[in-house]
Amino acid sequence: MERENSIEAHGLVREFKKGPRAVDGIDLRVEPGEIYGFLGPNGAGKSTTVHMLTTLLPPTAGTATVAGFDVVKEGPKVRKAIGAALQEAALDPFLTGREHLRLQTTMHGITGEERRRRSDELLTRVGLTQAADRKIKGYSGGMKRRLDLALALVHRPRILFLDEPTTGLDVQSRTALWVEVGRLAKEEGVTVFLTTQYLEEADVLADRVGIIDHGTIVAEGTPETLKSEISSSTVEAVPADPAQRLAVASVLERFGEQTTGYGPGSVAVQLSSPNGNLTEIVRALDADGVVLAQLQIHEPTLDDVFLAKTGRHLEGSGDDEEQGQELEAEPAQV
Amino acid sequence: MNVALLQTAALGHRAVVRTARQPANVVFPLVFPMLLLAVNSGGLQSATRLPGFPTDSFLAFALAVPFVQGALLATINANVEFARDIQTGFLNRLALTPVRGIVLLLGQLGGLMTIAVIQAVFYLAVGYAFGVRLASGVGGAFMLLVLEIVIALGFAALGSWAALRTGSTEAVQGLFPVFFVFLFLSSMNMPRNLIQADWFRWVATVNPVSYLVEAVRSLVIEGWNWEALALGFAAAGALSVIGFALSAHALYRRLERT
Amino acid sequence: MKDTLAVARGVSWRVLHMFFTNPAFLLPSLAFPLFFFTAFVGGLSRISQVPGFDFPTGYTAFQFVFVLLQSAAFAGVFTGFGIARDFESGFMRRLMLAAPNRSGILLGYLLSALVRWLTVASVVTVVALLAQMNVGGNGVDLIGLYTLALLLNLAGALWAAGVAMRLRTQQAAPVMQMPVFLLLFFAPVYVPLALLKGWIHGVASVNPITPLLEAGRGFISGEPELALAAFAIGFGLALGFGVWAVRGLRSAEAAG
Repeated sequence: MERENSIEAHGLVREFKKGPRAVDGIDLRVEPGEIYGFLGPNGAGKSTTVHMLTTLLPPTAGTATVAGFDVVKEGPKVRKAIGAALQEAALDPFLTGREHLRLQTTMHGITGEERRRRSDELLTRVGLTQAADRKIKGYSGGMKRRLDLALALVHRPRILFLDEPTTGLDVQSRTALWVEVGRLAKEEGVTVFLTTQYLEEADVLADRVGIIDHGTIVAEGTPETLKSEISSSTVEAVPADPAQRLAVASVLERFGEQTTGYGPGSVAVQLSSPNGNLTEIVRALDADGVVLAQLQIHEPTLDDVFLAKTGRHLEGSGDDEEQGQELEAEPAQV
Repeated sequence: MNVALLQTAALGHRAVVRTARQPANVVFPLVFPMLLLAVNSGGLQSATRLPGFPTDSFLAFALAVPFVQGALLATINANVEFARDIQTGFLNRLALTPVRGIVLLLGQLGGLMTIAVIQAVFYLAVGYAFGVRLASGVGGAFMLLVLEIVIALGFAALGSWAALRTGSTEAVQGLFPVFFVFLFLSSMNMPRNLIQADWFRWVATVNPVSYLVEAVRSLVIEGWNWEALALGFAAAGALSVIGFALSAHALYRRLERT
Repeated sequence: MKDTLAVARGVSWRVLHMFFTNPAFLLPSLAFPLFFFTAFVGGLSRISQVPGFDFPTGYTAFQFVFVLLQSAAFAGVFTGFGIARDFESGFMRRLMLAAPNRSGILLGYLLSALVRWLTVASVVTVVALLAQMNVGGNGVDLIGLYTLALLLNLAGALWAAGVAMRLRTQQAAPVMQMPVFLLLFFAPVYVPLALLKGWIHGVASVNPITPLLEAGRGFISGEPELALAAFAIGFGLALGFGVWAVRGLRSAEAAG
């Protein structure tokens, strides 16, 4: 029974003809009822992985089971057990929200009174009752995403795949979606596989995070574990007089290694000790006659984890190609 | 089985609704063929004075053309939308449901055939309003609608093949001039036996579109010409079978789902 | 004047470079007139045997004139499509910012329309001659024929430019194309005016394209008729749409 809500992959590979190996040997296991965040830059292989796990793409090698069913040999059974909101909202601009639900329920074999009831229930749940009879082309981005989620839930799936569900949304819409996803997992026991390129989303929402880069998982664990394993805090100081920058640097370097990527005119040092003593740092700066305009402590982030594992920052490190090209490297062949 | 029928109906309904909600996709296939009919029937009326011309009304003679042209226009438009479904990921959304691939295709084709029939009724009504009476009577009108369904299926299936094969709206739109050429290099404006240029007559003879036009035309101006009808149904049927086989294969390749 | 010409040269070079190096533009421009010529001559030549169809040089020449004028008009209209595309992409804004004299932009598009059409006309003429078209007219007659086509090309380009400059979107394509299509096809396309009956005769009689078509056919058969009226209409259309296009340019400038 425990397998019914889980996702497992062993050595999953997807290679495109005349294209890159988009997924290059992924092993993962998502526990029932867990929210698993799959974090990585553009072109890392997130969506390709999702497409394989949701049976839209056959793997080139490796195996995967979703809800206890093999994704290659038992595709239809997998599809019955999962819901998916993929990266494109994929809605028809000429249909209304309600018509989308009608179509989706029919595709899932839900008919008659049950179809109407389920549609109304989902529209209420995602807050689209008022807009239900408006055509999609009049919907905002947030509304489209909410409808997308509702469509993924029509058949009460045990496992939900969300491929970058909040990309392009405003803060309010994003937060609302997080609340709903969290509720699905905690209250209804739905297993959620969520891909994202937003650190905050993975941090806030995910029970566990897998960080993917160039088709392989480079780190996996809870957000807290990953951050604590990789690094300690970073101290950032901005001198009141820019001429004192060198002096600040020479003091701070006694406590750790200088790092970059912080504000202009600042000096940042990653502390050698996880329990770096801020008081000592302040005393040392004071003893050397340095006057500070600003002093901050930055706790490690998942970006620091990514940086440690790959040598570059997560944000802005994606390939220039859009995600779609990762999947379109192999055009349909006769 | 019941579920499959409901799914097919739902997909077909969507194809019809989507077309109906885009005025350009409704008006153009209705108006443009009528415009051409008006131009051609007015401009070529004198052709009826040629010895051996089968009717004294060029309007009646040319009324067959909109049925083929309209089916072509409607199915091109709808298949552009089908290609858009692939581009936007909507096809993936449907692929993630338990619906079988063949149902996806049948639903799309069913919707297009429905649109073609609605158009055909419009063309019949316009022809009637301008004095054209079917030599084959009311029965002929029904036979014409059946023939129109098969013609539309042929074009629709070929258009679906292009959409599934390429996933590109531009590629599907690019089919229009190709079909247009086939239509013009046919017996649409002159009975085949009266075409003077040998090469053109040969092209029109090997062109399946000629038989589609001639079959419809026979119901309008001749009555029950079983040979013309048989050839028309055979041509439309062949296009449908080939188109359906191609599009089913393209769907199989496109979906790639396990 | 020097600035205007410099701008015109630059604009026309760009459009023509795109036209000649891009098969998606070049091939349909060549293919469609040839296709119409082939389909009409091949499929309808029997029409010349209708009693009263007296055209001395045969149906091929009869249709050649229509196809020549049609290709001229549509070469102009396609230029309008390009202008609309440039507006949508933002390239027109770049041109307007850079050009010291913006009339040069319009002139550049017109020059490109002309060169596009001359290319198509050359190919169509060669094909028609290879199809053993009879030419009854002399050199002066033929200059008259091609001048009429040139005027129609200018008129088509100016009409479409005016629409494009006002609407500034590719969705204006049907607005540019449909009136030209209707004007061309509500003329004596398949048979001379005298053989048209009923409503189509009435419409064709007042259609400004009809005198151009009849005059053109007169030129190619060596029996010129309605030449003065045709040239007056041709110049009138070009002038009238010239004003339309310039006002369109001003409207585009005002819109920013």
